[in-house]
Amino acid sequence: MALKMVKGSIDRMFDKNLQDLVRGIRNHKEDEAKYISQCIDEIKQELKQDNIAVKANAVCKLTYLQMLGYDISWAAFNIIEVMSASKFTFKRIGYLAASQCFHEGTDVIMLTTNQIRKDLSSPSQYDTGVALTGLSCFVTPDLARDLANDIMTLMSHTKPYIRKKAVLIMYKVFLKYPESLRPAFPRLKEKLEDPDPGVQSAAVNVICELARRNPKNYLSLAPLFFKLMTSSTNNWVLIKIIKLFGALTPLEPRLGKKLIEPLTNLIHSTSAMSLLYECVNTVIAVLISLSSGMPNHSASIQLCVQKLRILIEDSDQNLKYLGLLAMSKILRTHPKSVQAHKDLVLQCLDDKDESIRLRALDLLYGMVSKKNLMEIVKKLMTHVDKAEGTTYRDELLTKIIDICSQSNYQHITNFEWYISILVELTRLEGTRHGHLIAAQMLDVAIRVKAIRRFAVAQMSALLDSAHLVASSPQRSGICEVLYAAAWICGEFSEHLQEPQQTLEAMLRPKVTTLPGHIQAVYVQNVVKLYAAILQQKEQAADASAAQEVTQLLVERLPQFVQSADLEVQERASCILQLVKHVQKLQAKDVPVAEEVSSLFAGELNPVAPKAQKKVPIPEGLDLDAWINEPLSDSESEDEKPKAMFQDEEQRHTKPRAPEADEQELARVRPDSHSGLWPMLLQRREARRQEQANNPFYIKSSPSPQKRYQDAPGVEHIPVVQIDLSVPLKVPGMPLSDQYVKLEEERRHRQRLEKDKRKKKKRERERRGTRRHSSLHTESDEDIAPAQRVDIITEEMPENALPSDEDDKDPNDPYRALDIDLDKPLADSEKLPVQKHRNAETSKSPEKEDVPLVEKKSKKPRKKEKKHKEKEREKKKKEVEKGEDLDFWLSTTPPPATPAPEELEVNTTVTVLKEEQEEPRGEEQDADEDREQDLEKKPSKHKKKKHKKDKEERPKDKRKSKKKVPPTDEEAAEPVENGTLDEEPLPPMSSYTLLAENSYIKMTYDVQGSLQKDSQVTVSVVLENQSDSFLKSMELNVLDSLNARLARPEGSSVHDGVPVPFQLPPGISNEAQFVFTIQSIVMAQKLKGTLSFIAKNDEGSTHEKLDFKLHFTCTSYLVTTPCYSDAFAKLLESGDLSMSSIKVDGISMSFHNLLAKICFHHHFSVVERVDSCASMYSRSIQGHHVCLLVKKGEKSVSVDGKCSDPTLLSNLLEEMKETLATC
Amino acid sequence: MIKAILIFNNHGKPRLSKFYQPYSEDTQQQIIRETFHLVSKRDENVCNFLEGGLLIGGSDNKLIYRHYATLYFVFCVDSSESELGILDLIQRWFFHSLEHVGNSVVTVFPLWLSQIFEEEGVLSMHKVFVETLDKCFENVCELDLIFHVDKVHNILAEMVMGGMVLETNMNEIVTQIDAQNKLEKSETFIFQSPRQDR
Repeated sequence: MALKMVKGSIDRMFDKNLQDLVRGIRNHKEDEAKYISQCIDEIKQELKQDNIAVKANAVCKLTYLQMLGYDISWAAFNIIEVMSASKFTFKRIGYLAASQCFHEGTDVIMLTTNQIRKDLSSPSQYDTGVALTGLSCFVTPDLARDLANDIMTLMSHTKPYIRKKAVLIMYKVFLKYPESLRPAFPRLKEKLEDPDPGVQSAAVNVICELARRNPKNYLSLAPLFFKLMTSSTNNWVLIKIIKLFGALTPLEPRLGKKLIEPLTNLIHSTSAMSLLYECVNTVIAVLISLSSGMPNHSASIQLCVQKLRILIEDSDQNLKYLGLLAMSKILRTHPKSVQAHKDLVLQCLDDKDESIRLRALDLLYGMVSKKNLMEIVKKLMTHVDKAEGTTYRDELLTKIIDICSQSNYQHITNFEWYISILVELTRLEGTRHGHLIAAQMLDVAIRVKAIRRFAVAQMSALLDSAHLVASSPQRSGICEVLYAAAWICGEFSEHLQEPQQTLEAMLRPKVTTLPGHIQAVYVQNVVKLYAAILQQKEQAADASAAQEVTQLLVERLPQFVQSADLEVQERASCILQLVKHVQKLQAKDVPVAEEVSSLFAGELNPVAPKAQKKVPIPEGLDLDAWINEPLSDSESEDEKPKAMFQDEEQRHTKPRAPEADEQELARVRPDSHSGLWPMLLQRREARRQEQANNPFYIKSSPSPQKRYQDAPGVEHIPVVQIDLSVPLKVPGMPLSDQYVKLEEERRHRQRLEKDKRKKKKRERERRGTRRHSSLHTESDEDIAPAQRVDIITEEMPENALPSDEDDKDPNDPYRALDIDLDKPLADSEKLPVQKHRNAETSKSPEKEDVPLVEKKSKKPRKKEKKHKEKEREKKKKEVEKGEDLDFWLSTTPPPATPAPEELEVNTTVTVLKEEQEEPRGEEQDADEDREQDLEKKPSKHKKKKHKKDKEERPKDKRKSKKKVPPTDEEAAEPVENGTLDEEPLPPMSSYTLLAENSYIKMTYDVQGSLQKDSQVTVSVVLENQSDSFLKSMELNVLDSLNARLARPEGSSVHDGVPVPFQLPPGISNEAQFVFTIQSIVMAQKLKGTLSFIAKNDEGSTHEKLDFKLHFTCTSYLVTTPCYSDAFAKLLESGDLSMSSIKVDGISMSFHNLLAKICFHHHFSVVERVDSCASMYSRSIQGHHVCLLVKKGEKSVSVDGKCSDPTLLSNLLEEMKETLATC
Repeated sequence: MIKAILIFNNHGKPRLSKFYQPYSEDTQQQIIRETFHLVSKRDENVCNFLEGGLLIGGSDNKLIYRHYATLYFVFCVDSSESELGILDLIQRWFFHSLEHVGNSVVTVFPLWLSQIFEEEGVLSMHKVFVETLDKCFENVCELDLIFHVDKVHNILAEMVMGGMVLETNMNEIVTQIDAQNKLEKSETFIFQSPRQDR
């Protein structure tokens, strides 16, 4: 042995340690990979040795190599070996390695469960700590489930070091095992008030993280957090809480009102920038949530904006950045207060820091108005010219387009200017956003009718100079604009001055170098142009000119026919044939123009990108239903049409892409087949072919969408009109700058005319608001658009709203944590416990005070209790804010600053007095009612004040009046949702009294569990009723042949089981004991004793309390859901024996009756029809129990079926007793 | 939540990586490379926040980094973290790592440190600080970190756990680390070679 060790240490002399490895890698810079592979070989040898120190050293090196990108998963087992070393040094190395490379897919991870459990319960806090740290990185759903209970126990560890880690890791456990959230939550909440700041901070952290994802479930914690916020001095905790409030305020505006004041105080007082910043952020969130209701917060806004300005002006770039970030949030709701700082923002555009420039750009988006749009865009254009690096320039480009196109081109007064801006943007070198510009051109040209003439002129010029745009290869992005240009020129060819010239430009040989999809559009629009020219020439009776044009096409089209692009080729050859046919007709002097142009008759209207999705599915059409059952699974054909539809789906999701425009345009009056756009036709035809070949395709009757398309006339297209001023005509191709100048002049003229127009102004204002409901400043109203503008809104199916609430991502891992935490714990919701031991209870004392009751009835009860407690405890103190959120929110904040609008409300005072007085009179018996409870506290509050300060009375009353009524309304909906269908259930508790004396009161409940047959858990709530401190509690029972108490290993049947806690005066807690039961068909009783030491000032005494534990047959049943078909099968099987009872004189409603049976007897309702219900439950030994409950006039009959007749008759007897009390 | 913590040097060589979400080694390296690419091309006097940590998570994420001498300390966080708070945390972590792994630094810094950690006015002092650092410890700190990655990891583990900030009180962290190191020393093994301490 000794020799082996010596040998081991000699071997180690030659082993590399981590430092050697690092040094070695540094010394082998040129052949690093080779050196490392050599090292890995050595490590493999080291791992084969028995010496744990050698192994640990090897694993340590592996961890380093993992960081460099080497896969070390092959050593997973060795890592586990090192993790299970007894020495902390090695353990730490092992856990570190595991945390770096283990994940859910690591298969050996399941081997770690027991090791981790062992480490978690290790006496050394650092073993536990290191295990928790490691686990936090690689916890899997399995580990989470198996260890949840252990970790929860650690949350109450004596060492804060362990507590804080256990609390923090619970978040990871919740994520992986959402079922644990509800059982663990009460304790987590408890930790918010842990004496150790670290633990407190951890709990805040976890709850903030939870609440961020599902804020509404955590609203009820607001009072607690509020208290923490006003008491904590830890900036980190404060920041977290303040951030959390930012997430909560949108859900509860009253909370916001309460927050403003303390937050403002913090803003004024704190020196920590991080805290100041978060306060400002949350105040902004509050203001946003209040913006609808409370206009009088300009002071707070001013404060925020002013503080932010200080941040932005700071030389520290970080503060500048954050200031801009927060500013953009204010901008959304209070644009005016931000607009005042335009200078600052524009200044930031020149900053050297790109992040800051981008933020400033974001802000600009909200700052534009009709008045300053041109000026701002001009400034941006100069930045575009100056910008180095394409990313920033592209960002500028998209921002310019965003700014201009926002809210339906709201701020654009002159579309000619906008088109020329777009054209100028096409001169950008190497931008990726050609398609964006193209989409804008198309959109504007289609939707703003008045601009078409101008747009067409610009576009034809663009086509003419296409060689500039498409010349160099790195400008390929920008050539997208040619797509738009060609389409606009073709579609609106009637506005072209020189159509022939444009036609020739589009037929140049150079065009064939463009990308395929653009060529395709060229080809298509050449025909449109051609049709227009033919018509023109024929009207002028210039037959030879018409033939010349035809000839030109016949000559030039073949270059497209040879295209490698299928689409281009197909279109070109199709059109070539058409033109050749026309040529023949022309040769015979037949007028053809009419027919050719009828190919493109009608107008294309924009269709909203989401319109297709909004088309309602016709009634009775089940898209998921099979028409024919599928033939076999391996049918590959049915994937094809799917793929095709998916393709379409994608197109819809990127509406800006030019290709999508084809789909978004529906030609309104297709008078014949040829009237449809041939491409669409082709596509549709192709689809039809596909579908014809596909046996599974559902041939629908014409869809509503199609019918909609066919609907004749343009009249139904919503057109918003603004009829002002005369169009501005500018010849040639003007620069956007010219427009700015002209615009200024125009505005100046307008201003002069303004007096004259004053009368008309009102009318215009009305129109203005009709167009856009959003932001309008007065100065905006003064500026009239330069053109007569009809912005055609996009088509949508009837009743469909354009805004689309996109569904939440179903894969969101946080969705599973959207759990109602205010609901009391159900019996089934306990964390899985590994061993049969007296696990420390999973409930907080607060929960235990209150016996489990049904959901709805619990609220008032709980409050009532708490209230009593409070009165007992804090008699002399000011009544503290209750846990109840509504109450908390309805009370006034500590009255430091009086509300500004204080004295206006004298009239309401008298009325109010009566309202307030009433409940005060009934104070003694006002306990049961929620509303009364609510009003009582304010009234008390008031009483105190009343004595103190008479002047404050009216205000106080007014406030309570103002706030109490909304409380009542709201109490109805959010708190008690779900169970509103029938009358409220009476309070129910499954805990019954076990024994009681002057020291202690014991109540208990028996629960079976399906996993461990023949075992039941007895939960005993122990309540200290004395002034003594109770400790060394021990519970013992006299085992019977049938039932035995599970005792810790190694103890005899006469030993008691210690209760794992002590009870200070007035405190209660719950302990659980496991019993093993042989036969469950009979009820039975066990005698037992609780012994304890009661200690008070005079000394300590041994005390005893005897009790009888009653195991009813019911307690062996476990609520198990059952589906009606399974239930029917069970009844049909005939294995069950039957028995029945009848109880008379029942007045309770059937609903409540069922609830009572479910609750007290652990049944679940399978089906309920009128006054008849079938119910099901299962015993811990697997007996099925089926019930049929029928309600007569004043009686109830219960027919039962069960696999054991004795069990059934006993159960029914017990049930009879329960029903007799109904 | 903190999604990842990275340290790499001016050449993009990783010196420490901690991912709080599972990624394959290849993806991890790719993330490090791209983060380096993003961070390294930024000037010295620009803000310490970078949007669009596209690789980890989505647009909700931010990169918060600090550049000390030859090292970049980068945190990838989502919107639940306070930007300035994290910056401060990096600062504390950095100095304490130094204090623990680099003997040479310990003697120089405590006075500075105690002042700085007391208040949060870190930001204004930051520039002065980095400049001093750059002068004095050009290579020292990087080497110290390289050879003692495990120790830096241990300090980090006391600060951040599973992507959430565990402790911000530096005294508490130092106490725990010291206690653990003491424990480690007490576990002397007979076969320990003197090389271990070299």
